[in-house]
Amino acid sequence: MAYKTIIEDDIDVLVVGAGLGGTGAAFEARYWGKDKKIVIAEKANIDRSGAVAQGLYAINCYMGTRFGENNPEDHVRYARMDLMGMVREDLAFDMARHVDSAVHQFEEWGLPIMKDVKTGTYLREGRWQIMIHGESYKPIVAEAAKNSADKVFNRICVTHLLMDDSKDNRIGGAVGFNVRTGNYHVFKSKTVICGAGGASNIFKPRSVGEGAGRVWYAPWSSGSAYGLMIGAGAKMTQMENRIVLARFKDGYGPVGAYFLHLKTYTQNCLGEEYESKWFPALTEMVGKEYLDTENQHLSHKPIPTCLRNHAFINEVNAGRGPIHMVTMEAFQDPHLEEIGWHNFLGMTVGQAVLWAATDVDPKYENPELTTSEPYVMGSHATGCGAWCSGPEDVSPDEYFWGYNRMSTVEGLFGAGDAVGGTPHAFSSGSFTEGRLAAKAACKYIDDGKAAGIMVSDKQIADLKETIYKPMETYTVGRNEIVAGSVNPNYINPRQGLDRLQKMMDEYCGGFGVNYMTNEKLLQIGLKKMAILGEDLEKVAAEDIHELLRAWELKHRFLTSESVFQHTLFRKETRWPGYYYRGDAMNLDDKDWHVLTVSHRDRATGQYTMEKAPLYHLVDDE
Amino acid sequence: MPTFVYMTRCDGCGQCVDICPSDIMHIDKTLRRAYNIEPNMCWECYSCVKACPHHAIDVRGYADFAPLGSSVRVHRDEEKGTIAWRIKFRNGQKDMELLAPITTKPWGECIPKLANESAPANDMVNSELLFNEPKYVAMNDSALPTLQSNKLSLKEGVYY
Repeated sequence: MAYKTIIEDDIDVLVVGAGLGGTGAAFEARYWGKDKKIVIAEKANIDRSGAVAQGLYAINCYMGTRFGENNPEDHVRYARMDLMGMVREDLAFDMARHVDSAVHQFEEWGLPIMKDVKTGTYLREGRWQIMIHGESYKPIVAEAAKNSADKVFNRICVTHLLMDDSKDNRIGGAVGFNVRTGNYHVFKSKTVICGAGGASNIFKPRSVGEGAGRVWYAPWSSGSAYGLMIGAGAKMTQMENRIVLARFKDGYGPVGAYFLHLKTYTQNCLGEEYESKWFPALTEMVGKEYLDTENQHLSHKPIPTCLRNHAFINEVNAGRGPIHMVTMEAFQDPHLEEIGWHNFLGMTVGQAVLWAATDVDPKYENPELTTSEPYVMGSHATGCGAWCSGPEDVSPDEYFWGYNRMSTVEGLFGAGDAVGGTPHAFSSGSFTEGRLAAKAACKYIDDGKAAGIMVSDKQIADLKETIYKPMETYTVGRNEIVAGSVNPNYINPRQGLDRLQKMMDEYCGGFGVNYMTNEKLLQIGLKKMAILGEDLEKVAAEDIHELLRAWELKHRFLTSESVFQHTLFRKETRWPGYYYRGDAMNLDDKDWHVLTVSHRDRATGQYTMEKAPLYHLVDDE
Repeated sequence: MPTFVYMTRCDGCGQCVDICPSDIMHIDKTLRRAYNIEPNMCWECYSCVKACPHHAIDVRGYADFAPLGSSVRVHRDEEKGTIAWRIKFRNGQKDMELLAPITTKPWGECIPKLANESAPANDMVNSELLFNEPKYVAMNDSALPTLQSNKLSLKEGVYY
């Protein structure tokens, strides 16, 4: 293989993946590390990468402390309720107390934030959401990251993190390859901030054929946050907490602004409100503390996202689908109609394309909704990710080991989807987490914690061989057959992805089985996963682009394996509407009011699972 | 809704290749023009459509659920700070033009270089504060909230 090895040495802060979390990290690192070498490695182009590449029409996490609207603890209680109690509240409080300062800076940089003309406050979509014209959200924050970084390496697919050969469980950098030139890139670094993304496309999507890219989370969100960190031996938390979204059918256009700002609502095919009739039985499953049909309205606690999904799924199963979004009332107001369309153009253009193609004018027709396939990520109404330390002044002992947002691997930090237990961070909260991680990473270096890192030539050479192996496999196996994609000795990345998605769907609770699984199914699934793992050693890549897909698949595989293990471990149904354990259909606060934490041994691949205590923010007497 | 490229408009400049988040816009080696090599990994995010200087890239809805015949076109202008959309329905009965701002400032000029900021003092380094804090938290001089300031404790157990 004629690919060059390009070594970038003496890096202090390496940002792997520069979406909102990574750009926040790179930006902030310069302030705390004036003389430090800050480098970004990103598999696409940071001007349009990550989940916000397309833009956003709202910032979903903004306290508005400036306008006397909310305190950080209010947001923590909201996230706790929405996630059925399962939140790292130290991390959530920390994110919420800093998040407004990120948003105020975005406004100074030129991000158009809509204002309430009467009050002068930002225009609220809901209690936590503010409305923006965010088509250029990502290019604007990317500019800030570029202003801070010494170097930005676009189009580098980072495949592995480097480990220190002189001290166990300490990070030493990262490696990957350039998806244009194919060259091998080695980044030797004192710290790594993982800003890579969560996972779309690990459960079989509802769309088929050409439409398989029409997923809710970006198709380029390949679970690399988890693949990289699990691969480095970092502990993970709440990986069972996948999310299912109720969205406009096929296009997966967002519904937040529709519900909250346009005041649209849902009904079944008979034009009836359907949610409330499913709630009494649901209260039996989860307990009155989580769903109080009589007092929920009065207590101002929102009904958790998963429980609303549950009502949707059951109504459709009862034969009264489809569920419609009632837009015909709101869209008679031309101003609201315009907002409805702008909302899609700003963040999910595909939904506008679909309605134009199918002549769906929401002014005269109520569009259909659907529940999506599950996704694994950590910044929306779900909190999958690495088990990270919290801030010194907030966290209890079990949640604190020296540096904010540092994983259980020394010198490896996370932001955004990478950090577990911090749902409802969204774009602004992810950026904020990046900033927090950057400050902590600089302190880690200044405290001398990164002294004496040694990355051996052997580790670098071995990883090079590993990275290009799929191309070698192709070259060797290709000539055995006449032509085509059917080969007895290898599978291509698409074939591997199809197998993974089918397995996740059928054994781990995808849409195809109505989000249902149980211990037997999970064990069969894990057995099949082990064999898929063996076959992925024989994945073949015809060219560099396919090599990118091969490594994305391997990251998705590691993510999925972790989801299986966590789902098997938690013997209860904590989030009806996200997934069901058929063998334990009730929520069980006696045994499972805990966070799940996993560790995958780097040498053997064996998983060990443990329960971690849950701490909640409580008012002092 | 995968993208496609009009043969007569593309000059092979590669702007779309450079920007595509999914790495699916590539240059055809024979025709030396761009095309979508992997439509089922396209999010219809329009990054390439917006970046194309010749409006050579368009989107045709995903074949598995979108009929032919409609159009959603866009022109993004960093100098004017606007993005202009035109949505045409398949049946021709709706034809909308929508305009939105993409920035409120001259493009790229108002983003700070933190290297030029004075270095943080030691007490700030040892605090929980980030750049521009505490001022930017509430745009006044109030301090960063803590558990103590907000009269809170973290307690282990079952609380709702």
